[in-house]
Amino acid sequence: MSNQKTYWKGTEQLTNDPSFVKNAEKEFPEYLPINEGKESNGSTSRRDFLKLMGFGVAAASLAACEAPVRKAIPYLNKPVDVDPGIPNYYASTYSVGGDYASIVVKTREGRPIKIEGNKNSAITQGGVNAQVEASVLSLYDQERLVGPLKEGKNTDWNTIDKEVTEQLQAISAEGGQIRIVSNTIISPSTLKAINKMAEKYGNTEHVMYDAVSQNGMLAANESMFGVKAVPSYDFSKANTIVSFGADFLGTWISPIENTKQYSKTRKVSSEDKTMSRHYQFEAYLSLTGSNADYRTTVKPSQEGLAVAALYNEVAKMTGNAPINTNKVEIANITNAARDLASNRGKSLVVAGSNDTDIQLLVNGINSMLNNYGTTIDLNQHSNARKGDDASFINFVKEANAGNIKAVIFYNANPVYDTGMGEEIKSALEKISLSVSTSDRNDETAHLVKYVAPDHHFLESWNDAEPKKGHLSLAQPTISPLFKTRQAQDSFLTWSGDKQEYYNFLRKNWEDEHFSGQEPTFDIFWDKTLYNGVFTYNVESSDIAVQNVDLSAVANRINKNYKPNNTGLEVTFYQKVSIGTGHHANNPWLQELPDPISKATWDNYATISQKMANDLGIKIFEGKTSMINLTINGKTMEVPALVQPGQAIDTIGLALGYGRNMAGKVANGVGFDVYPFLTQLNGTRSYALTSGVSVDGTAGSYQLAQTQTHQTFMGRETIIQEALLEDYKKKGWERDFQPHIETSKGKVKPSKLTLWNGHKYNNHHWGLAIDLNSCTGCAACTIACQSENNIPVVGKAEVVMRRDMQWMRVDRYYSSQQGAETSKELEVAAENPEVTFQPMMCQHCNNAPCETVCPVAATTHSSEGLNQMTYNRCVGTRYCANNCPYKVRRFNWFKYHDNSNFDKNLSMNNTLGKMVLNPDVTVRSRGVMEKCSMCVQRIQAGKLKAKKEKRELEDRDVNTACASACPSDAIIFGDLNNPNSSISKYLKLEASDSEPIKEVNNERAYHVLEELRVAPNVWYMTKIRNKDKVNTKA
Amino acid sequence: MEVTSPVREVLVTGNKTYHDVSHDICRHVEAKPNPKWMAAMALSLGALFTGGYALAITLWDGIGMWGLNKTIGWAWDITNFVWWVGIGHAGTLISAVLLLFRQKWRTSINRAAEAMTIFAVICALLFPLIHTGRPWLSFYWFVPIPNTWGSLWVNFHSPLLWDFFAISTYFTVSLVFWFIGLIPDFATIRDRATNKISKAIYGALSFGWDGAAKTWQRYETVSLVLAGLATPLVLSVHTIVSMDFATSVIPGWHTTIFPPYFVAGAIFSGFAMVLTLMLVTRKVYNLEDYITINHIELMNIIIMITGSIVGVAYITELFMAWYSGVQYEQYAFLNRATGPYWWAYWAMMTCNVISPQLFWFKKIRTSLWATFILSIVVNIGMWFERFVIIVTSLHRDYLPSSWAMFSPTIYDMGIYLFSFGLFFTLFFSFAKFFPVINMAEIKSVLKSSSGEIENKK
Repeated sequence: MSNQKTYWKGTEQLTNDPSFVKNAEKEFPEYLPINEGKESNGSTSRRDFLKLMGFGVAAASLAACEAPVRKAIPYLNKPVDVDPGIPNYYASTYSVGGDYASIVVKTREGRPIKIEGNKNSAITQGGVNAQVEASVLSLYDQERLVGPLKEGKNTDWNTIDKEVTEQLQAISAEGGQIRIVSNTIISPSTLKAINKMAEKYGNTEHVMYDAVSQNGMLAANESMFGVKAVPSYDFSKANTIVSFGADFLGTWISPIENTKQYSKTRKVSSEDKTMSRHYQFEAYLSLTGSNADYRTTVKPSQEGLAVAALYNEVAKMTGNAPINTNKVEIANITNAARDLASNRGKSLVVAGSNDTDIQLLVNGINSMLNNYGTTIDLNQHSNARKGDDASFINFVKEANAGNIKAVIFYNANPVYDTGMGEEIKSALEKISLSVSTSDRNDETAHLVKYVAPDHHFLESWNDAEPKKGHLSLAQPTISPLFKTRQAQDSFLTWSGDKQEYYNFLRKNWEDEHFSGQEPTFDIFWDKTLYNGVFTYNVESSDIAVQNVDLSAVANRINKNYKPNNTGLEVTFYQKVSIGTGHHANNPWLQELPDPISKATWDNYATISQKMANDLGIKIFEGKTSMINLTINGKTMEVPALVQPGQAIDTIGLALGYGRNMAGKVANGVGFDVYPFLTQLNGTRSYALTSGVSVDGTAGSYQLAQTQTHQTFMGRETIIQEALLEDYKKKGWERDFQPHIETSKGKVKPSKLTLWNGHKYNNHHWGLAIDLNSCTGCAACTIACQSENNIPVVGKAEVVMRRDMQWMRVDRYYSSQQGAETSKELEVAAENPEVTFQPMMCQHCNNAPCETVCPVAATTHSSEGLNQMTYNRCVGTRYCANNCPYKVRRFNWFKYHDNSNFDKNLSMNNTLGKMVLNPDVTVRSRGVMEKCSMCVQRIQAGKLKAKKEKRELEDRDVNTACASACPSDAIIFGDLNNPNSSISKYLKLEASDSEPIKEVNNERAYHVLEELRVAPNVWYMTKIRNKDKVNTKA
Repeated sequence: MEVTSPVREVLVTGNKTYHDVSHDICRHVEAKPNPKWMAAMALSLGALFTGGYALAITLWDGIGMWGLNKTIGWAWDITNFVWWVGIGHAGTLISAVLLLFRQKWRTSINRAAEAMTIFAVICALLFPLIHTGRPWLSFYWFVPIPNTWGSLWVNFHSPLLWDFFAISTYFTVSLVFWFIGLIPDFATIRDRATNKISKAIYGALSFGWDGAAKTWQRYETVSLVLAGLATPLVLSVHTIVSMDFATSVIPGWHTTIFPPYFVAGAIFSGFAMVLTLMLVTRKVYNLEDYITINHIELMNIIIMITGSIVGVAYITELFMAWYSGVQYEQYAFLNRATGPYWWAYWAMMTCNVISPQLFWFKKIRTSLWATFILSIVVNIGMWFERFVIIVTSLHRDYLPSSWAMFSPTIYDMGIYLFSFGLFFTLFFSFAKFFPVINMAEIKSVLKSSSGEIENKK
């Protein structure tokens, strides 16, 4: 049965209306206005108008409320090696003007964000310093040139190449002189590329100079050994170290390498209770001097005589002929000679002076002590300083005489950093072709015709041979950010060589270093690139000692130095942070407190307490006076900083400041002292012994110091020290062992507690810090800043004492002898003993900050970390007040995207932000922050171990500070793992009653132990290798 | 031997009748604002807006506008907070404790004192809120409300949280107590009101008060119950505020003496502030018959006693620092007295310990001018006490490397000015629109202690 019902569409169908039948089969009735527009000759209908308007309004409003574009776009074609969220590490090389470090660059999504030391390097051995760590920020400096300049205006590379080549050819054809001026270059391939230019054009000389020259040493070694080079030193083999003004731990030649070696001699333990003894003779208190066991102040005018005195003492003890120099009263010279003589072949004498005569005497002393071949190596000499003062001075003379037609400044800024800026300026007007490869329009670059900006080293291919036989490679870790070009490519282009520098470099390596170590050169290359370093054997040959007329040296010393000079003297020194001023536009470095003075964002005249008293200068909380300083007729007002340990009647002035063309960070910071440099014996001198006067004070000045209180007030619970002699005794115990009186007698603080203690079932992280090997160099501070996205706050905020660094290095001077009252204890001794104490969150097991936070924003982790939850923090600052170590840092302002903090480069422009570590939150205004013990690294290490299905080991995790430390003073690790190096170092012993293990390293102590906050950071008592003196006598 | 109790001075002078009382007090509410009041109000609003600018900038840019630093995390903010809370103690003490002890002299001052308490606590509450880095979150993250963050609770260990509870409780109880006391007087104003708006407003405020015996009985009962509730609060609030410091590890803060010492200090400063305000109100509103020299003398005696307690506390602290043998503790106190903030310490000592001792002389404690000056001196001293405790303890604690100095910026000062502006704006509004003296209670003591008795002598 079928249902044949019909449903009418309407009465029209029933009536079979013709108009219905006509359209019955069509889908739409005829009156749909689809074609209305067409039919009405293109005019817009009401409906169309409404449609268009509706769309327009919707589109406009959608466009208006579009969310900001977050540039996290997934890869369309993902590079093979780049996984979002997973860092890649590339071995590379830091090399700036002879300063060298073999590094590993951490990149995230193709951006270099952190520099670590390369442990494969035999030279820097995984150490870095503050400048190396900070150099990654310079890559993202907005004030780098974005392309070539011609007469100050933007141009393109073709124009530059065409015009430079043409002009060079023209000059060459006329036989005109061409000069390439650079700082020391340690890259053999670069030197070859430069040579190409010389080959092509003829009459081309490569002039190398160093802002802080070692010409005196080069000359001394040349005349004495026929080797014009800086030798390799091995401080690690030296039992006695004597330094005359060489800041070898801070700024002298190869500080990272020196620190690595030196720190090995400063490690003591109950198994090996030996350490080196270090004598320092200097005028201003250097980083090295502050680490010395015996430090003696010597005026620059006495320096030559002091070295001669040591020479004579050593000569007497070793049976050599003395030289005839004026007598000078310098303490500790005899003792130093005694210790040197009893450590022949195991001692080292160095001098920072650029006077050839002093270096000759130092060579003489080392030679008498048989140190050549043990602690000093001339075969595998260093290439770190090759600057030749005479040839540079000659270049300036010739240029001024109009004899030079073309000059190329290869990453050198001689207008600023030679003190001959005025001469070079006038000379440049006489040079028809001047080119600079500077990365910015600096003091020199803005005077030249063409600027062909070089890549940042993180964008470049290169090699380096810091020491004969030790090579390393640099590889780009990011494609060039700007239209810059590697200077070596420029040289090759200008010399008509079409090949790229990369190929040139490979070719050079294939020719020079590939000798079938690997099946093919490609494998060799890849391996070397992977390791970052490559060494080859240097045959050691006996170096013939040539006769040097020491009596002539003695005569010159007598002439140039005086035992009792009257009048003021000046030493020019480099700061650990700013150095020669090359990195001046790096805000991390500008805000890095000087390890000694703790001042940021300035240079100043360091004066002795005596001079301050004479001038009536009082310094309180960084507020000081300006002094009218006259040097060689030129007067300027400079701020004075009272520096304990400054030799009487001397002033220290730091180089590297007062730049005016380096960028907004550096410009106008401090004052430039390069113009005051003079020459002595044909080499540049970094001291002035006459023509200096101070004429009273002129107004007040605010220095930005991060620490304004100089002594530790005799508080032994903070700084513990011992003499080596005592430490060597059996059963030695720390001087200060706090006890708390109870009704049952004295008990250790650890035996009294209100707390149940935390249970740490898996890991328990801790740090051990050796005060004995920490040199105070502050590499850790910058490493931490780089790792943890710590803002720079600028001078005004540092003055307000709002510096943000999570890791600080406290520097304490000893008080005056016999000081007892608190007022006396506040005053630092005239020539104090110095102690450095890295201070960061102590991750207390009974943390006072945790209990007081009302919103539970700071809590204890199950692994012993005291952790900050930024999201939860409302910023009461109670935790910071209640922190006995004062390590918490508050975001007083919004430091990112805030034009008031535009010097905080890493957070205030899109380019700078590329340096931020994506694993660490950029903190907002109003929250507290502090050291997290690099919790992001711990997490990454745990994940790595977990993925590989194994227990976590030491090598999986290290904090930024510990991994940067060039003296290995910081050990990080898992206290729960008996095999971790920290457990072994601290000699941990499990205890049933305590969640915190018993520490059996007899040097280990907690700062403020009696508070029983039970930190997870231990400090090792500082040991001084000094003779016991009867203080009552 | 015959012992004769001295006849007490009368509490209300001038042969006042019930009508006189109503009239004397209500007329200020009913009359047009007088020029003196206008000037005072303008000044207060000026302070409020000038200070408001500092507050606005602080909220906009962050508390970096203040002079705080990494070592000194609290300074003027918490000093002002504790100072205002301290001032806010007198009201409850007068109304609750003196009520329980049947001290009838309190009747003429308790209204204004309670109002002052409430306004002072409002000013105090301002500081914990704005001193935080992220005030937009702190005002409700302090509250233990169930939430969706896996139910993340506040930290009950934190004294700041205890503060939150202590002060909010105190504020609530004080407010209720004060308002209950106002109801019969509002009813009086309502009944006297001649225009409709006043009648409506005061009618609403008086909650339908009918003056029936039963209503009075309930009123008395509620007052007693609230007095009983408020009495422990007088002790608890400042005890808990003191624990912000006492439970910490900072030398100079970590002191068990703090709770009683803070409470005594709070009463001390509260009474001083009541005196300052009452002396002015009394003069401006011609209330000499209600607030007599007798009242002032009694209050001065309390100031003298609490000032001495505070003095003993200071000396005890010094003794304990020496006796403890703790190096930091010893240095903290030595540094207070002789360090860079010695002037603050000696300002505190002079104002708080020495100046109240002048009240041993009857001549001084019955002199209006001396009382007025000393009442201000005491409050200056008490501000310095908090400054000394907070700043000088923090600025040099354990590690000398972190030792620093604090100096206020104009924004610190501006916000302090703001709190004054707020306080006086509220107080002058109160003085204009609310009965400044508790008429109902004055009337209750009129028979037993007024001019009539004096006449009978």
